[in-house]
Amino acid sequence: MTATATATPTRVRPSGTGWRGFGRLLRTETAVWLRDSSSVFFGVLFPTVLLVGVGFGIPGMREPITGAPQDSLWYGVTPIATYLPTVLAMAIGTLAILSLPVTFATFRDKGVLRRMSTTPMRPQAIIVAHLAINVATTFIGVALALGVAQALFGIVQPTQLGVVLGAFVLGMLSLFSLGMLLSAVVNKPSTANAVASLVYFPLLFLAGLWTPGPIMPDIVRQIGQFTPMGAAAQAMDTGWFGEGFPLLQYVVMLAYTAVLLPLAIRLFRWT
Amino acid sequence: MAKPIVEVSHLRKTYGDKVAVDDVSFAVQPGEIFGILGPNGAGKTTTVETLAGLRTADGGTVRVRGIDTQRHPGAVRDILGVQLQEAALHDKITVREALNLFAGFYANPADPEELLAMLDLTPHADRRFAKLSGGQKQRLSIALALIGNPEIAILDELTTGLDPQARRNTWELVERVRATGVTILLVTHFMEEAERLCDRLVIIDAGNVVAEGTPQGLIDALDDDSTVVLRFAPDDAGRARDVLEQLADSDPEVARVDLAETSPGEVVVTGTRRVLFALVPALAGADLVPDDVRTVARSLEDVFLAHTGRAYSTGTGDADAPTDTTLVLEGGRS
Ligand SMILES: Nc1ncnc2c1ncn2[C@@H]1O[C@H](COP(=O)(O)OP(=O)(O)OP(=O)(O)O)[C@@H](O)[C@H]1O
Ligand SMILES: [Mg+2]
Repeated sequence: MTATATATPTRVRPSGTGWRGFGRLLRTETAVWLRDSSSVFFGVLFPTVLLVGVGFGIPGMREPITGAPQDSLWYGVTPIATYLPTVLAMAIGTLAILSLPVTFATFRDKGVLRRMSTTPMRPQAIIVAHLAINVATTFIGVALALGVAQALFGIVQPTQLGVVLGAFVLGMLSLFSLGMLLSAVVNKPSTANAVASLVYFPLLFLAGLWTPGPIMPDIVRQIGQFTPMGAAAQAMDTGWFGEGFPLLQYVVMLAYTAVLLPLAIRLFRWT
Repeated sequence: MAKPIVEVSHLRKTYGDKVAVDDVSFAVQPGEIFGILGPNGAGKTTTVETLAGLRTADGGTVRVRGIDTQRHPGAVRDILGVQLQEAALHDKITVREALNLFAGFYANPADPEELLAMLDLTPHADRRFAKLSGGQKQRLSIALALIGNPEIAILDELTTGLDPQARRNTWELVERVRATGVTILLVTHFMEEAERLCDRLVIIDAGNVVAEGTPQGLIDALDDDSTVVLRFAPDDAGRARDVLEQLADSDPEVARVDLAETSPGEVVVTGTRRVLFALVPALAGADLVPDDVRTVARSLEDVFLAHTGRAYSTGTGDADAPTDTTLVLEGGRS
């Protein structure tokens, strides 16, 4: 293929007209998706496994923090409880950034999206179906993690539940927007894997997976608050353990969503 | 003639500087198996995918049942079934799931179980896509193109990569589908496939139509010289050639005599359609009895050669396609 030829990619136009059969599409896609054990493990079990592993594997995680100043966010909280917001942010990112782009790159690579374009169903439906699957899985994974954490460690009642929920929802919006942007353009499953890892692991670091709340170096916090996962974790920290409103983090997440989502829709390639 | 169900006129499509389709026009009648034949890269896939409204044309018009598919691609989705050359399914979806899933997209779908039976897929219905053989995948692909009960089905290279037996089975299947009233637009680079299946066809080369007609009509329109291959016992071969070369000099019906390069004892005689009449008395006069006589039938390959000046070649070997028909005379088997 010549350079000029590749400069004009084939335009396969999504032209389906309706949503007939969407229910069956969602059911079938879910059934097929569940056959992939790695997506089920990472989506559903990984947050819980990580919490339990860290809670029992690292000494002192279940002892209340007394070394911190009495007026700090963290006074009297167990370290494992301070880890929860980071794990929840990670749970979102795992599906949005690791799982979703690989799914779409595989579809594109195999021609599944092209195949759909020949039917009356809108090919957009398959995007909606997979967003629904991944969002639902995020909720299931998070619910399981919270349930197990409550049973094993006892989780702290958030000081501002609304702020935590808002941060979680905005975290989902911004991280799924980022995931959709990667999904929009990456062509090969192998590239998707590589790119997703390159984005995912730095985000995990900046969200405090290795240095959660109380022990996060200031520089990581400063940078992290401008990333979607870091902002989600910090905003949930504030809502869970502190007072006040994490305005900056909320704005950061909104901004990511507002910029990345339309971009993903614009750039989405069907072939 | 009825009003065409598919009309392509002066279609043009470029990718950057590369002209994939230059100027292609044809019309398909309801109920036909219409072929689009041409070598690799001729522009066949581009033509039918533009026709299906899956790619944007740079010029010309494409209509399916009168609907401009460039302007209203969505309007033909329910009546046009498409089997894409390069498109697959999830590795982990089963045959039955895929058919049921696609059936749900259409207003009046065919019965998935009936299609499974018709395409001999019932025994494999619960098998996952990745575990299917090439022939099974192709049959599923055809089933998916038919699941919406379309009026027209586009089948793009549906036998490429199949072994000869699977290919013949697929041909029978296409005929069965047509018998149910579906108009079929068959894209292929196999001459034999087009010759065997198509009612009418266009031959496309480098983005242009070089010939159009029925397979037999195209072949009959060629200069009517014909070729006869005679096989002699090794002892007779030399003498036979001398006799026949003399005949070529004296008889205007006989143009050339050559020794077959690959098989010793075979003499290839080219002449008019009446060449055989000239040969028989000459051989009888010299008491030369051939072991075997074959007339080499003209094929679409010769049509392609005549219209383009190039031998037909496709990147993929199509070695199993026989181009000559044995018969006519069984030589004296002494
Ligand atoms: N998306 C594309 N971008 C650039 N060039 C393309 C694209 N699709 C096809 N082409 C070029 O256009 C020409 C026609 O391609 P097309 O696929 O229509 O041929 P074809 O007759 O279907 O060939 P084949 O028998 O190999 O399937 C080829 O030279 C091909 O390289
Ligand atoms: Mg092709």
